[in-house]
This record gives sequence, C-alpha cells and structure tokens, in this order.
Amino acid sequence: MTMTRVKDEAIRRTSPGVERASLPEAVLLGHGGGGRLMQELIADCLGVLGPANGLDQPNDAACLELPSGERLAFTTDSFVVSPLSFPGGDVGRLAVCGTVNDLAAMGAQPLGLSLGLVIEEGLQREALAQIIASIRNACEEAGTRILTGDTKVVERGAADGLFINTSGVGLIAPGVLLGGERARAGDRVIVNGPLADHALAILAAREELPLQGDFHSDCAPLNDLTAAVLEAGGNGVRALRDLTRGGLAAALNEIARQSHAHVQIVEGAVPVRPAAKAACDLLGHDPLSMANEGKLVALVAPDRADDVLAAMQAHALGREAAIVGEVKSLDECRVTARTALGPTRIVDLPSGELLPRIC
Amino acid sequence: MCLAVPGRVESIEESTAVVDVGGATVRVRLDLCPDATTGEWVLVHAGFALERVDEEYARETLALFAEMDALKAGLGEETP
Amino acid sequence: MTPLPGASPEMLEQLVADCRRLADRAAERVGGRVHLMEVCGTHSHAIARAGIRDLLGDAVRLVSGPGCPVCVTDAGQIDLCLDLAERPHTILATFGDMVRVPGSRGSLAEVRARGGRVKVVYSPLEALAAAQQAPDSEVVMVGVGFETTAPTIACLVREADRLGLRNLSLLSAHKTVPPALRALLAAEEVSLHGFLCPGHVSVVIGSNAYRSIANDYRTPCVVAGFEPADILLAIRMLLQQVAEGEAKVENAYRRAVAPEGNRHAVEAMYSVFAVGEASWRGIGVIPKSGLRLRDEWSAFDAMARFALTAPEVQDHPACHCGEVLRGARLPAECPAFGRACTPARPLGPCMVSSEGACAAEHRYRAA
Repeated sequence: MTMTRVKDEAIRRTSPGVERASLPEAVLLGHGGGGRLMQELIADCLGVLGPANGLDQPNDAACLELPSGERLAFTTDSFVVSPLSFPGGDVGRLAVCGTVNDLAAMGAQPLGLSLGLVIEEGLQREALAQIIASIRNACEEAGTRILTGDTKVVERGAADGLFINTSGVGLIAPGVLLGGERARAGDRVIVNGPLADHALAILAAREELPLQGDFHSDCAPLNDLTAAVLEAGGNGVRALRDLTRGGLAAALNEIARQSHAHVQIVEGAVPVRPAAKAACDLLGHDPLSMANEGKLVALVAPDRADDVLAAMQAHALGREAAIVGEVKSLDECRVTARTALGPTRIVDLPSGELLPRIC
Repeated sequence: MCLAVPGRVESIEESTAVVDVGGATVRVRLDLCPDATTGEWVLVHAGFALERVDEEYARETLALFAEMDALKAGLGEETP
Repeated sequence: MTPLPGASPEMLEQLVADCRRLADRAAERVGGRVHLMEVCGTHSHAIARAGIRDLLGDAVRLVSGPGCPVCVTDAGQIDLCLDLAERPHTILATFGDMVRVPGSRGSLAEVRARGGRVKVVYSPLEALAAAQQAPDSEVVMVGVGFETTAPTIACLVREADRLGLRNLSLLSAHKTVPPALRALLAAEEVSLHGFLCPGHVSVVIGSNAYRSIANDYRTPCVVAGFEPADILLAIRMLLQQVAEGEAKVENAYRRAVAPEGNRHAVEAMYSVFAVGEASWRGIGVIPKSGLRLRDEWSAFDAMARFALTAPEVQDHPACHCGEVLRGARLPAECPAFGRACTPARPLGPCMVSSEGACAAEHRYRAA
C-alpha cells in the first residue's frame, strides 16, 4: 500500500520529538465528557484565563478565606441532561444535588444556592412545575434553599427544554482540610455504594438501553453522609470527591495527579449491581467510567478507614459502602486496578463521549 | 462486535423472547435460534439470541480440563 | 460471557503453570518463541484485561490479528459513511464503535458535530424503527461485523422487505474470518504456530470451519471462549499441539460452539448475502472474504441506491495499524502507541475501536 498525505495534515508540536495529531476545528461532544478531551479543552481554550482565576482548581469547589478567618467553599455547575426527567430524578433534582455534593466534597454544608434557568420556548408549564417541585424537595432533603436566581427564555430550538445552572456557597467547618492533593501512602479508597446507576438510568430514559430492569439514578444530596464521614474519620479523611461524569476512573485519576500518587483499586471490590453489570457487559462499557450522581469517593487514613466505612454503612446513602483500594505510594502518578487473575492494569482517564448530556 | 452475553429465557412470544441477564431483561429475536425454549440459556448479541448455551457442556469444559490432567498423569508428567 | 462454572483460583493457577511448561516444550520443538495469533476483538480485550500475555511468559508471543471488524473496514468505506451522514434527509445507522474511527477527513463523531445525522444502534432492528419513524428520510445501516453479526443484519434486510420499507438500505462492509486466516498464512509475513479462533464467530460457523486451514497449513486451531479460564484452556491446548507437532482443530468453547455451527444463522446469512472479494484495511484485497447483498436483495444495497464508489484512501503516514492487524507488530511496538496515537487522538482504527488491539492494550496496559 502506498502512502500519501492525508488531507488534514496539521501537526502541532508540543515538545521535541512528540508530534500531536491536529485538534478538531469544532468542539466535539466528547469535550463535555468529563474525561481527557474535556481537560484538553479547558487547558487549551480556558487556560488563557490563567491560574490566578482558579479555573485549574482541581477540587470540587473553590475555597476562599474570609477576613474573619472562616473558609467559604464556592462552586458552580450547569445541568444539561437529556431527557429532563428519568427514573430516580430530573434535571431539577440533579441541579441541587450536584452543587450540594461539590460543596460537601470540600467538607462544607451549603448555606444556599443560586438558580439560573434557561428555558426553551414551548416547555410545558406542567413539566417546569414538576422540576421546580423537585428542586424544592431536594433542597429540603439537603437542608438548604435557593437564595437567588435568574430566569431566561430562549426561542424554540435554542435550549432543548431547559438548562439549569446552580452555584452554591457553604462554610467549611474549622479544622476540616480536604483536597485531592492530600493523599498519603496507605490511605484507603472508599465508595459509598454501587457505581454506574445514573448513567444507565439516563440511557434507559433515552430508550438506548436494550435491557429493561430496575435502572434508576442514584441522584441524592450527600452532605449529611459527608458530615457523618467527617465525624467518624476526623482528620484521617484526606479527600472527598463527588463522582459524576467520568465516574470513579476520572475522580481517581484527578486525585492521582494532584497528589502525584499511585492509587490502586481491586476490581472485584468495586460494588456494581448485577443488572448494571449485565448492561455494561452488553454494551461494552466500563462501570468505572460511568456517571454517578449520588456517589462519592473518600480517601481515608488506614487507622480511620474502618470507622468511616461503618459510619457510611449506617447511613441510608451508604449501606453498600466498600473499601475498594488504597494509595500505594507517592512515587508515581497512576491509577491501577488489580484484576481477578492477579495482574494489574492501568485505569485511564476516560477519553471522551460515551454518553453525552448525562448530567 | 463479538460481544455476546449469556441469559436465561424467561418467556417466548412468537419470534421474540424475554431473556434475563443478571436481573435485567432484554427482548431478543429468535430468528437465529428458533428452537430455544423457556428456561434455557442463550447468548444474546445485537438484539438476537445467537445460540443456545448448553449447561451440560459448561460442565464438559471442566471435564476437558480434568481429561488433560489424566493425560498428563498417563504420560508421566509432573502435576504441580 | 458465559461463565465457566467452578473455574477456581487454583484451576487458573494450574492452567497458567501448564501453559508455561508446555510453552517451553513447544518453543524447543519450533526452535524459538512460539507465535500464536488471536483473531477476535473481544479476545484482544479479554486477553489484555486479564494480563494473559504476562502470565504466559517469554516463550510465547501472542499477537492480535485482523479480528476487529471495525479496524479492518477500509478507510474508503468510512469516507462513504461520512458522505452519507452529511447528506440531507439521510440518517446513518451504525454500531457504536464505528463512530470515532477516522477516515480520510475525520470521523462520524466529527461529522455529527457539524450537523450530520448519525444514529447509534445496539441492534440492527433499531434501524427499522428509525426508518419507520422518519418516512421522508433515507436510513442507511452500516453493516460491519463478521459472521457473528452478519446473520442479524440479514434478518434486518428480510424484515425490512417484509414490512415493505422503501427508505432503508444497507452499506455492507461485512467480512468472513477463515479467508483472512488463510491469507495471513499464505503471505508468510509472520510465522504462526497456532490460531486462537474467535468464540462467537465460531458459534455461527462452527469449529469445522477451520479444518481446511489446520490441514492445508499444518497449523493448530483452537476455538476459545472469553473467560480467563476459557482463554487459558484454549492456549494450553494450542501449546500442547505445538509441543507434540500436531495440527488439528479443537474446540474449547463447546458449551456454545458446535462442530457445524448454527445452521439457522448460516442459512439466514447466505440467503441474503453472497460471497465476494473484500478490501481489508491493513491487509489488502482478500478474495471470497466479503459479504455483499445477493442480486435478489439489491434493492436494499446502499451502494446502488446512492450510486456510490468507495474512494481509495491512504492511511495516516505514522499509522502502523496494518502491521498490527497482520500480527507483524504488537501495539506496544508501534512507535506512535501512547504518544502520537492515543484513544483521545487516534491515528488509526486499532486505537479507537473498542475491540482494537491497540485500544485494548492501551486501556489495560500492565502497570
């Protein structure tokens, strides 16, 4: 076979001897996937805003120190899930829980949220009312409220029903220091329950799941659970991370990068419901990379891990909590999984769009 | 493309079967596997039952394995 | 996959030990490393995931062959898919793993970003529903897959006919596996001492399908399932044959594979498809290895309906997928692997298809 040049030939040199294939000209769905492509988009396009603007803030929320000495956690999230309603929740519930959980991951209880709505002309009033009711209910569950908001309406076709942005502020309890950069060798990796449920619920709602079964989103506010975790683990709790797009694989890769750590999980220890596993097998997906909306990962010092696990298991949102791995060392930055046969494999940042508009 | 998952036939209606895979169910066409009966295991691929899986043979694969041990012993090879 | 009941850790350990012992004997007999080839994308995945190459040790070189149907789909055919997806009033229905494979001007994912209509289906029958729901659009199903999938596509065509659907057609890129194995052996580019035969393709075509290969080329063929124990068992059987100078077909997936295969599936497949030559990306044209619609089904042929000709497309100059697909290189031996070519920025199909050897190796690379 003779070789000729391909049409799209632009090669960008990032460092000597390393050639990169050209970047696509347009933003792709994969850029929103929560994985490597998204990180590249942020680095390439948003990087110009500079590190001082905190956009490379790797933890779930930014932390601001107030003149009083108190620390404020501040986060924002936009919700573009399609369809708007799915088994286990809707965009309203997601919008509250997602932001509450990002605050909770910093050890903060929410003081309140802002609510920005971009509504597509033609959205049924009934549907909107249900979503607002979900927002109210989720706020009640989380013990928080909507402090301020904004509402826009755009013409038909410009917003696919409804887009929501929520921002949240919360006070981080004194003495609580959490962050992905705080991992230490020996820390245990703990999740509060089975993975992949949210992603599969969305697929089911889109009728893209060739199976029928009990697939419902795990969407839930985790701030009460995190309070219990911090109570039980004290300063043995190094980091908490809300697992959303990109799943556990994405969260652990971020933590590994922040701490320059080797994090290793044991495949067989990661909880996944049998129906979820069957669905993943059928579709060829990896449960580690699938989105969740009511799951967190905790890095806990070995002498506090059992206490934290017990506290999780005693909580309604942590009954199936499990220790799934540990931080092996701070010598290298990687995430690995021990397989059933013994050999370990790399767990990568998921690359891009498996499942668009998942949250 | 070769992904196929085993499941148990729960019910059959004309040329479609409802198959249980790990607690969830999938509807599959039986065009390629018309002899499947309720209670049997089938391989599910791309919305079709591809073939029946013989539970007897599942055990037979173990027997294959055991045969080899016997063969090894017969040839005087070491069995760890 | 169908679990092997009772495959205990001890059994796995013993299988590994047996493989190593037999590998040494086989290596002695062949006077060097034992070269085995697997030819199934799902095997590539399962082998990488279970770390089987490391377990086998240095006496065995286990390469991947052209077992990923997406990977061996000609770049020109990908370009045809891009063209069709860009046309107005046309919906391209495809299996998910085609979406990110690059042709000469990007992938279906990129075409979709620019407004092209691409519908990902799990079952080909979803293309029927799409055609029924969009009567003013043309739905083109991209048929990619070996004998595991071709029968399901055959059912699609028959069903479309039964329903009298006029707006559905098929772009067939289907291929059959045994001719590719023969072509590789005949080419003698890579010395091969045995084939691990694809599990689910064999469910359809039967283990007897490999008899002539074993006989004509004196090459052992063992059909394997997908659990680690299944694969190790099949490799053990291959190594035993090589060690003893045998060359026959054995079936280590008897719970799903019969000697004569699934005749319903084979009949369905050949009632709709006829055998012709096919161009395999990375290998070239292999006679009698492609499935095209029979004349009586030509009304459903997208090539005819849209008057298409597949363009000749060259691969990216830094892409070595061809060598990987022919078993001449392991993914890690490609200079672009993990550097210029990654799952996020693939140079060729082997890295981007979920069944590609490079994607499997990259995803599950040993820590």
